[in-house]
Amino acid sequence: MKFKRLLGGRLGRPLKDPYLETRLFRSRIVTGFVLLLLVVAGLTLRYFWLQVVQHEEFKTQSINNQVKMVPVAPNRGLIYDRRGRPVAENLPAYRLEIVPEKVEDLEQTILALGALVELPEDVLERFNKDRNRYRSFDAVPLKFNLDENEVARFAVDRHRYPGVDVVPYLSRYYPYKELLTHVLGYVGRIDENDLADIDTDDYRSNTHIGKSGIEKQYEHRLHGSSGLETAETNVQGRVIQVLERRDPQHGDDLVLSLDIAVQQAAWDALGDRPGSVVAINPNDGSVLAMVSKPAFDPNPFVYGISSAAYKAILDSPGRALFNRAIQGSFEPGSTLKPFVGLAGLEVGISTVGRRVFSSGKFFLPGVSRPYRDWREGGHGWVNIESALEMSVNSYFYQMALDLGIDRLHDYLSQFGFGQLTGVDLPGEATGILPSRAWKRGRFNQPWYPGETVIAGIGQGFNVVTPLQLAVALSTLANGGQRFEPRLLYAAKEPGNERVQRIQAPLAEQVVIKNTANWDAVRSGMHRVIHGSAGTARALLPLAGYEMAGKSGTAQVVKMSQDQAKQSSNVADHLRHHALFIAYAPFDQPAIVVAVVVENGGGGSREAAPVARSTIDAWLAQEPE
Amino acid sequence: MMRRLLPAWTSWPRLDWPLLAALLLLLGAGLVVLYSASGEDLDEVLRQAVRIGAGLVALLTLSLVPPHILRTWSPWLYAVGLVLLAATWVVGVGKGADRWLDFGVVRFQPSEIMKLALPMTLAWFFHPRSLPPNLQMTFMAFILLSAPALLIARQPDLGTALLVGISGCIVIFLAGLKWRWILSLLGLAALSAPGLWMVMHEYQKNRVRTLLDPSSDPLGTGWNIIQSKIAVGSGGWTGKGWLHGTQSRLEYIPERHTDFILAVLSEEFGLLGVSLLFLVYLFIIGRSLYIASLAKDTYSRLLAGSLAFTFSVYVLVNAGMVSGLLPVVGVPLPLISYGGTSIVTLLAGFGMLMSVYGHRRFMR
Repeated sequence: MKFKRLLGGRLGRPLKDPYLETRLFRSRIVTGFVLLLLVVAGLTLRYFWLQVVQHEEFKTQSINNQVKMVPVAPNRGLIYDRRGRPVAENLPAYRLEIVPEKVEDLEQTILALGALVELPEDVLERFNKDRNRYRSFDAVPLKFNLDENEVARFAVDRHRYPGVDVVPYLSRYYPYKELLTHVLGYVGRIDENDLADIDTDDYRSNTHIGKSGIEKQYEHRLHGSSGLETAETNVQGRVIQVLERRDPQHGDDLVLSLDIAVQQAAWDALGDRPGSVVAINPNDGSVLAMVSKPAFDPNPFVYGISSAAYKAILDSPGRALFNRAIQGSFEPGSTLKPFVGLAGLEVGISTVGRRVFSSGKFFLPGVSRPYRDWREGGHGWVNIESALEMSVNSYFYQMALDLGIDRLHDYLSQFGFGQLTGVDLPGEATGILPSRAWKRGRFNQPWYPGETVIAGIGQGFNVVTPLQLAVALSTLANGGQRFEPRLLYAAKEPGNERVQRIQAPLAEQVVIKNTANWDAVRSGMHRVIHGSAGTARALLPLAGYEMAGKSGTAQVVKMSQDQAKQSSNVADHLRHHALFIAYAPFDQPAIVVAVVVENGGGGSREAAPVARSTIDAWLAQEPE
Repeated sequence: MMRRLLPAWTSWPRLDWPLLAALLLLLGAGLVVLYSASGEDLDEVLRQAVRIGAGLVALLTLSLVPPHILRTWSPWLYAVGLVLLAATWVVGVGKGADRWLDFGVVRFQPSEIMKLALPMTLAWFFHPRSLPPNLQMTFMAFILLSAPALLIARQPDLGTALLVGISGCIVIFLAGLKWRWILSLLGLAALSAPGLWMVMHEYQKNRVRTLLDPSSDPLGTGWNIIQSKIAVGSGGWTGKGWLHGTQSRLEYIPERHTDFILAVLSEEFGLLGVSLLFLVYLFIIGRSLYIASLAKDTYSRLLAGSLAFTFSVYVLVNAGMVSGLLPVVGVPLPLISYGGTSIVTLLAGFGMLMSVYGHRRFMR
């Protein structure tokens, strides 16, 4: 009963007063409406505040929101050989990119992407490392060189991955693969080590940078400069339209002095043997060929070599990553003899007519142990020419002894031994041209006369790189002008149609005391091939030109000459590197070659044919 | 003659043409804005037009039903609404909150029914009683109000619960609750605010926090407020022009075709557009209040008045939310926002207003 009354039972209810109720209601309506008007006025004021008073600020924010500065990568300069064959190209490719800011669960997204695109195991780690150099709204590359299927698969699912995109780019490609690796080097992902040397703003749009070889040496020319795009982007960061664009500046196209034909000939002639061939034009210091074996295909390094594959190259026998042409340390052996001979003549302790008797054994006064000639019983009386022709050790023992180590050092250093050649490649080694001061500095030991004797035949402390040998010989061949060897032959700047020739800088001009001395040494080297007793006469016949050369055989394992004779149980080819230096044509040198065949045995037999093949390839070419 | 063709309780519609014209103007303008906000998606505009059509049918139909019939339906509608709300507890679907009931063909939010059923029921409750209400009646009214509000709050949909609650409070206010009681109730509410904070869900607390300081989480919950304010502010006096709102076109405004459609309008039409919109709304509300004041019986006037004021609350809450004055509560801009049930419910409400208008002379 009570409940019914409460809910609206008619009993006991006060009578309604329609007049009073209507008045009450209307007053409430009016009150409410006035309140409403007040609130609406307040709201309108709020909108006025936002839209008029603070308009400029919000307008700026809105523009900042929609407009993004996107750096545009410049096209990397192309590289050609001296005859215009492309050796480093830019090929269109696709890469997968992520804008970390736009992705909610990065790990989950990358995991999901793994179903569409083949991702290496360490991709996440690598990605996190790379992120550091990007701003959070920049795209960070996840994978390069996607294949067609991967691009297609992602395109279908693209909407499911906000902040992830496939973008076209130009990928570096080296069509000659391992043939040119040691010269060209390669480009790779920019890492922390690179950041110190570059203007990071200019590289904002770049993922790759020259890591070694020419690519590293001429990074500043090849790179060009970044462009900038002012683009309208949506909330996912995708570019809707480009509002303004400052075009990037294409990098310089470079022409190398290398001739692929010569390079290939040297490469083929070396065969499977580890070693190096360097060919130089003695007239201008340009490098015609530079081979180092073993080598590797640089292309996987461009789009991200797996750590396993990299380790395989690193651990392979023969150290493929190592450029023997400029980093190898070889004992020059008999290839040093022409320079020692010339030193004796030019310093004045000897003359062209002077003869030295070779008995097979050379003795230092007061020392019972002999220094040997390579032929049992010796070569009899020899002068500079026949000494070079037959590679008579005794003659050069005598020259070195008469000169003394310091005069020998000073004269040879004019040819660039013991110094950087200054070639335009990173990582060159200096080699060693010994002297008293050097030994004191290095070992804190006095110099012994016996060390002078063996220095005369390029043994002992002497260490050279193949490039140093080639530079020294071209100095001898061209009459004393040493060049800093150059691989860069010409360059074409963007917007400039003319190709600009780049000259190798001059290094030292060796003072010529007497031309006859130089002629005698060159003649001796000519007789090495063309003389009846020449050590490399087996090279004959030659293809219509005459050649000068000198062989050398260098010990791999350092041991005394006596030991070397006794331990015949060690196979010969393991003990010796074969060397050969040569230039041709004899009267008008156009090419100088230095060859090292590791563990190759005798220089004349193993290295000389490689030099000949290389020279043939160059001389067979049409003149440019 | 005519009466025989229709059920006895119907009569020919006597529509309030100014109100209808204002509604149609608003709906038309809404479609224009929606076209831009949807990214020029004509299909979406058409779907909205179909809903508007359904709403207008509801409006015309209800305008035929005399208020005293509506009154007899009121408690039943309320009861059905309560049952359905209770059902969401058991079989509700929806992301994160059980707001929806899925009937196979139709999915709808039972809370939408309550937006109409609660004011109707309170009006029905007050109708036979002497006003202003005494303490006992007020207490009963609050019980009727709390049941659905609590059920909706449980879903959890605090925003809608508050709005439903407010619509009930409006009826009680219009019924003439004494000012000193109103003030003491407001005081009580202020005191219980900390208690409310305690029972709020974390996401609800976040919305309040980011309102106070949007920059505290610019990419998370603060994003909506920041981007919405940028859109509004960058509109300026006259806006960037239709289809030229960058904030909206580039998808910086979240929920740009639903809850934040006012941000799109503000960006593209500026303060001028916003002011015109407010004027149209004020006209609609004013006209509805006028109709309420014409009504002769308690039920009609309470229903009409509360519908008009509830409508105005939606507008104010949405406009406050878009301009960063109120937390993000998920209230659509009435008759403009894209969305299912709300537009039909709202037009149905205006149908009842039309009925009040059309039958004002026949009331006892």
